[in-house]
Amino acid sequence: MSEGEKDKRVPIYVDGQEVLVAPGTNLVEAAALAGKEVPHYCYHPKLSVVGNCRMCLIEMGTPGRDRATGEPLLNDDGSPKIMWVPRPVIGCATTASPGMHVRTDSPIVKECREGVMEFLLVNHPLDCPICDQAGECRLQEFATDYGRGYSRFIEEKNVKPKRTRIGPRVMLDDERCILCSRCIRFTEEFAEEPVLGFTDRGSYTTLTTFPGKELAHNYSLNTVDICPVGALTSTDFRFKMRVWFLKETDSIDTESSVGCNTVVGSREGKIHRITPRRNDLVNDTWMPDSGRALYKMTEGDDRVLNYAIDGKPCSPDEAFSLAATLLNNPDVAIVGSGRLSLEEQFLLTRIRARIPGPTPSYLVARTGQGDGKLLSADRNPNVRGALLTGLIEDLPAKELTPLGRLVNEGTVRTILVVGEDLSAAGLTRDQLKRVSVIYIGSHHNETSSLAKIEIPLLTVFEKAGTFVNQQFRVQKFAQAIPGPKGVLFGLSNFTRLLALLPGGETLAPGVSAAWEQMAREVPELEGWTFGGISSTGRVVSDARFAHLPFIETAGLHFEPKSAVAAEA
Amino acid sequence: MATKVLERKPLSLAERSYLPQIVGGLKITMRNMLKPPVTLEYPDERPEIPVGYRGVPTLVRDPNGREKCVSCQLCEFVCPPKAIRITPGEIPEDAETAHVEKAPKEFEINMLRCIYCGLCQEVCPEEAIFLQDIYSVTGYTREEFAFKKEKLYELGGTLPDKHFKWDKKKAAEEHGNPHH
Repeated sequence: MSEGEKDKRVPIYVDGQEVLVAPGTNLVEAAALAGKEVPHYCYHPKLSVVGNCRMCLIEMGTPGRDRATGEPLLNDDGSPKIMWVPRPVIGCATTASPGMHVRTDSPIVKECREGVMEFLLVNHPLDCPICDQAGECRLQEFATDYGRGYSRFIEEKNVKPKRTRIGPRVMLDDERCILCSRCIRFTEEFAEEPVLGFTDRGSYTTLTTFPGKELAHNYSLNTVDICPVGALTSTDFRFKMRVWFLKETDSIDTESSVGCNTVVGSREGKIHRITPRRNDLVNDTWMPDSGRALYKMTEGDDRVLNYAIDGKPCSPDEAFSLAATLLNNPDVAIVGSGRLSLEEQFLLTRIRARIPGPTPSYLVARTGQGDGKLLSADRNPNVRGALLTGLIEDLPAKELTPLGRLVNEGTVRTILVVGEDLSAAGLTRDQLKRVSVIYIGSHHNETSSLAKIEIPLLTVFEKAGTFVNQQFRVQKFAQAIPGPKGVLFGLSNFTRLLALLPGGETLAPGVSAAWEQMAREVPELEGWTFGGISSTGRVVSDARFAHLPFIETAGLHFEPKSAVAAEA
Repeated sequence: MATKVLERKPLSLAERSYLPQIVGGLKITMRNMLKPPVTLEYPDERPEIPVGYRGVPTLVRDPNGREKCVSCQLCEFVCPPKAIRITPGEIPEDAETAHVEKAPKEFEINMLRCIYCGLCQEVCPEEAIFLQDIYSVTGYTREEFAFKKEKLYELGGTLPDKHFKWDKKKAAEEHGNPHH
């Protein structure tokens, strides 16, 4: 917030406590600033306000003024006289005005909440033992915090459709729905593909999809996240694990250069789900469905699990010493990946500096259609990291044609490949057979089958590090689960290789040690530390790369600077 | 430290003869000889288990034979020695109890870990797990002590309760207060 905006903040009084809030702030957010919780169901900070759940009822009053003269009315002691609104108002649809007074815990407010909770629970099926939302359910939380504690309802409960599949990834249970309409507003306002709506009236009101439509777009699972109850649940996560067992780790979505902030839920080394993490500067509270399935790559049968030479398992030391011998030649090329973390890319440049000869380095581009929201055209999460560290000078191409030419000429006889498939990038089997390939990667592919040395690599969920997204925002991710048995942790693969190369340099395999080096060598990161990067990320200067034609088009919180992208 | 010397009193005649003590001891012996025995010829004879005894935890079915557990995993959460391990599963849509939606795919209690505290029984919202009167668990291998779902249901049997919570739910779906 700039100084000018700070000056415009208005004072309001929440339960007598003064807080300064930005003009236009609603009372739910204003009370949160004062440390008071105003329970709410339908209000969502990133959606429009409808005010239909009535849970956020509070008492509100403004300083009175004389009708004739406009003079402020004062109490006997000289304090402004507060004209309390005779009935409670909803906090989400009331904006703060200067001098406003709010009561969030008066007897009337308490009674209102009890009443609203009672009505919401009248037709609630009490499915908690079989409901996936249990443990993170607003109905459960507010029933214990603000509810009456017992039921007076003895009539028969309404019956509505259960276990309805409304999309490929979303299940609907109408009995649990409290008609907050968050999902309806989300599909209209953010996803811009309205498919949900209410039918019928009164207590028979039912959430359903429009005839012939289904909730299938790539943001459908966000409706599951914002559903305050268990009405919308994910088919993938359905009945997999209760949420209270999940260990939550901050991570980053690696499917594109947007770098959505995520939370990875895992239990005992197994990932069960990925949900978005709020970052108002990157992804608000949303993420694409496609990024939520990425955890499945940790469990694939095609993981590289052994250090191997010529396909025969060996010890890590054997693999590294042979790799160091092969790399100590002037005919080496490096193929890095835009999926590697900034630290790994940086250590690759250090390895390159120890290799005699020109050592051409490449990255493989991955592109797709950008959706103008949270999926960009560049499907590599960290191409900008490779530019920052100097691993590459220019934007990567999809095909490694120049490298193929060097192989044909015989100038390149050893290729260090990290996390990429050279066959998919345009090199033929014959070309690969002519060179010694050192493959560091998490999954088997055609390149690994032809590789001289195979070294397993950890996936993004099994290591910590940083990515640089399309805004040049450096974002941290933490290790959610341990890597497969026998695979060296963290950056060990790179630091061990570095130590064995001529003029061997010993670095700790942790992220912080790599950052100490990076802060010295990358001009933009001077003075940075890994611990100093906040959970919302930190933007790095992109002045050095302003001339590059980045392919991303406009998306949420992102405007391309490059003229090429703007035209496209 | 100051030492205090105590004067030892001389023993009386009765004490020196030791006879009163022998007679007193024999009286207790005689009394117990004529009483019925308190021990049991275990394992031929078995003790009577009092009501509320906390024996081996078991899973029970309702009188209609439906498995009561819906795999909410609260017992797994509350279990202090982490003896319980549940793999939740979904009831197929064509099953008779499809309206219950959820049932355990696998349910394992490691009896080498179980401390018979009864918290699982206390926490169960479906009244599906009970510590019954089985007190003797034996085996030759560790695997035998990991009681699987079939074994737990075999030990548990049927609970003759009259709630029929889910049957009522199904009846309501079919008849009660439907939408128009």
